[in-house]
Amino acid sequence: MRYFPQNSEDIRQMLETIGVSSVEELFHRAIPDSNRCCEPLKLAPALSEPEIARYFQERERENLCSGYTLFLGGGCYNHYVPEAVNALSSKAEFVTPYTPYQPEISQGTLQAIFEYQTMVSSLTGMEYSNASLYDGATAAAEGILMAWRMTKKTRFLVARSVHPEYLATIRTYVRNFGLVVELIDTDEFGMVCPLSFEKLYDESVGAVMVQSPNFFGVIEEYGWIKEKIGESKCLLISVTAEALSLGYLKSPAAWGADIAVGEAQSFGLYPSFGGPGLGFFTTSNKKFLWEMPGRVVGETVDTEGKTGYVLTLSTREQHIRRERATSNICSNQAWCLTRASIFLSLMGPEGLREAALQNHSKAVYAQKEMEKRGIPSRYKGPIFNEFVVLLKDARKVQERLLEKKIVAGIPLCWFFPEETQSLLITVTETNTKEEIDRLVKELEAANG
Amino acid sequence: MAENRDKIVEPLIFSRSGSGKVGYSLPPLDVPEAANLSPEQLREKAPLLPEVSEVEVVRHYTKLSHLNYSLDEGFYPLGSCTMKYNPKINEKVASLSGMLLSHPYAPYGLVQGNLKIIKALEEALSVLTGLPYFTLIPSAGAHGELTGMLLIRKRLEKNGNPRKIVLIPDSAHGTNPASSHFAGYDVKQIPSGPEGYLSAATVKENLDGDVAALMMTNPNTLGIYEKEIKEIAELLHKNGSYLYMDGANFNALMGYVQPESIGVDVLHLNLHKTFSTPHGGGGPGCGAVGVRKEFEPFLPIPVIREGGEGTLRVLFDRQDSIGKVRSFFGNFSVIVKGLAYVLSLGGEGLKTATERAVLNANYLRSLLQETYHLPYKLPTLHEVVFSEESFKDFGIKTSDVAKRLLDYGFHPPTVYFPLIVHGALMMEPTESESKETLDEFAQTMKIIHKEAETEPELLKTAPHIAPIRRLDEALAAKQARLVYKPE
Repeated sequence: MRYFPQNSEDIRQMLETIGVSSVEELFHRAIPDSNRCCEPLKLAPALSEPEIARYFQERERENLCSGYTLFLGGGCYNHYVPEAVNALSSKAEFVTPYTPYQPEISQGTLQAIFEYQTMVSSLTGMEYSNASLYDGATAAAEGILMAWRMTKKTRFLVARSVHPEYLATIRTYVRNFGLVVELIDTDEFGMVCPLSFEKLYDESVGAVMVQSPNFFGVIEEYGWIKEKIGESKCLLISVTAEALSLGYLKSPAAWGADIAVGEAQSFGLYPSFGGPGLGFFTTSNKKFLWEMPGRVVGETVDTEGKTGYVLTLSTREQHIRRERATSNICSNQAWCLTRASIFLSLMGPEGLREAALQNHSKAVYAQKEMEKRGIPSRYKGPIFNEFVVLLKDARKVQERLLEKKIVAGIPLCWFFPEETQSLLITVTETNTKEEIDRLVKELEAANG
Repeated sequence: MAENRDKIVEPLIFSRSGSGKVGYSLPPLDVPEAANLSPEQLREKAPLLPEVSEVEVVRHYTKLSHLNYSLDEGFYPLGSCTMKYNPKINEKVASLSGMLLSHPYAPYGLVQGNLKIIKALEEALSVLTGLPYFTLIPSAGAHGELTGMLLIRKRLEKNGNPRKIVLIPDSAHGTNPASSHFAGYDVKQIPSGPEGYLSAATVKENLDGDVAALMMTNPNTLGIYEKEIKEIAELLHKNGSYLYMDGANFNALMGYVQPESIGVDVLHLNLHKTFSTPHGGGGPGCGAVGVRKEFEPFLPIPVIREGGEGTLRVLFDRQDSIGKVRSFFGNFSVIVKGLAYVLSLGGEGLKTATERAVLNANYLRSLLQETYHLPYKLPTLHEVVFSEESFKDFGIKTSDVAKRLLDYGFHPPTVYFPLIVHGALMMEPTESESKETLDEFAQTMKIIHKEAETEPELLKTAPHIAPIRRLDEALAAKQARLVYKPE
């Protein structure tokens, strides 16, 4: 087998050195007979390298979606990935090391993380960033848990327009601590409903969580929530599922967020069936620092005064503080954040803004064209790169468009059973005007 | 990794920034530019991103890459991390565009290939462990632990009482206590026995109606097989408690032990350890969780099941599920790589991988046990742990030995873990290392031991030829400078 570098002579010599007669003996003396299995593993025989390639090419062909035009988002986006991101991130020096426990020989990974922390915290407008979490959903859940640690309060208000999968993950994470999550309604603009907020909010609330652009694509204006919270202990947590928006829209910090979390898959990672993505976690205030979940990289100096980077604030972490740790995170998404650093370096502030503006412009164009053809939007609020339209039967229309090799969007009834008419349509810079025009035309026909 | 340390200082990418430089190219906008947002909705100031050309970005990250030691470069004997070779074909098949560009919300008829891949790996892991159901959604080992403990909690809730306590031996992995805590449990640490394994008697003493489960790493972090695990499982089950096995060390067991047959109820496997997917400098990973049939209704959503006529369907509507533990289907491209590894070895090959891993670890143990102190003498499997005992009288610490290894071009073993060994040096060679590599490494370890005795300063001031000298970790924590701030 090509992965095993020992030949039979090596094995003979090694066994002799150890002082056993066979490899099996090593198992026989370490594992009780009653624990060992003797049956051979009922797995298919080994495949050669060309056969493996063929196996996966066949699976790839079964993914018929390759032949379709997709208008899908909902927390996972198809964006331009500069080729240099692929070339650099596929270097074995980034792909094959472990977590940088030995900083002297891991400065590449550590510096990339430090640069990432700088870029992402600047994008959210925050002071501090950790070195990634699994995805936007777990980042949102960790945000609530951190707010609980900070405020000791057990009631949390989450906008109904936060990504349903994030909300579901939050519920899983908080349920066994007895924390209560209540939903703030959405108004006719598709935004957090002030009346609903007023009804739910009081001093028992530990944090309010708002997503912008929200799951319906609407840009929230949530400065008023910060004003209502005022100087109370309650924290404002912002969620961003479409990180590209950070290049163009007002930052979470400017809206008053204390913690800004989200999903940065849009920064140089392919949709890849939803994973791996890149959960980000940033905070505004030094007093939150020691309560942050996950790994963190900090700057320091070596014995000669040269600047270097290390994993730091580790007394928060599982391997030291055990069950009192701020999270159980060990492996996270380091390689993904390396891609994000490279992506953001290539794009720069202007590239990010231009890509974001293209997304926004194309989505607005699509929305207007649809309105012209009698397909109204569900909400009146301003959008970034996705929006909800009202159709006679969203699921049926979506199915009809499959015949035209178009996946028109996500029927919202998947998440909100009553939303039978709503289809969430996402338009990114990868969709051409021609594709959009065809979508509009076919939607009109299928809805008619 | 470059060896001339004077050459290799790479400033932050921000210092290369120059107004107007760009590293991207987008097609011109083919629709009217939208201008309907008010200034209050727009970004207040430009983010701190560098303005650099493509070539400068390529040079910068290439230089950074030279500052990293990697598995492709050499031996990486981190104990309990299973740094085995990451096959190139895995990367190739995971980057097929039909998978990279597939979307989790595409109609399931259009992504049958992806679903088949997930199902195929779930089934292969079931064969290896005997546990009939798997979820591949958790994104790391610790995420798998959390998921597994939530499953146990849900099962117990269904029985009427979630209970309060999880027992964890002192020889378990570091994440176990934190994962149990985040599943809502109190942790009670119990001692492993003098020989390095947990006795059934100790478990019995600690069992009562409050104990939800025992979380056991097997083989444990000493590389020792938990030989009373079957009796322990019986005790737990009699008490209405469950056995969770941390399978991070499963590379020691493939084809030799089926966890189901020794009484394991729930376990996690690390695809980024046993199944060769790369660590990426700290993720992404996959902490696959396997369970007995009675836990199937509680698995996190979505689950993938047969849909008839050779198709697969995706189920979300499952009343008893613990819910979602993250978005979408998990780290799909990691799953692709894990399956590629299973296919490339087959049943026999996976067993051989385990055999070679155990052979290598025992060979390394034989080579070093005369020089370094071995605190636990029982036969070991895939890893071996030495203590500081043999060199501490020279005024040398474990970290000094580790740093000196850097000068010789080796990644050090895991140090100071497990905590039950003073100044632990925990070595896991995996099956990927040749006899020559192990001989060279052992020879180096012996030289370092000699140096510890004769030239201790050499160790205390190591590393000497790494890109950077020892870093001030206390200062890093004190100043908490986590981001670059322009002057």
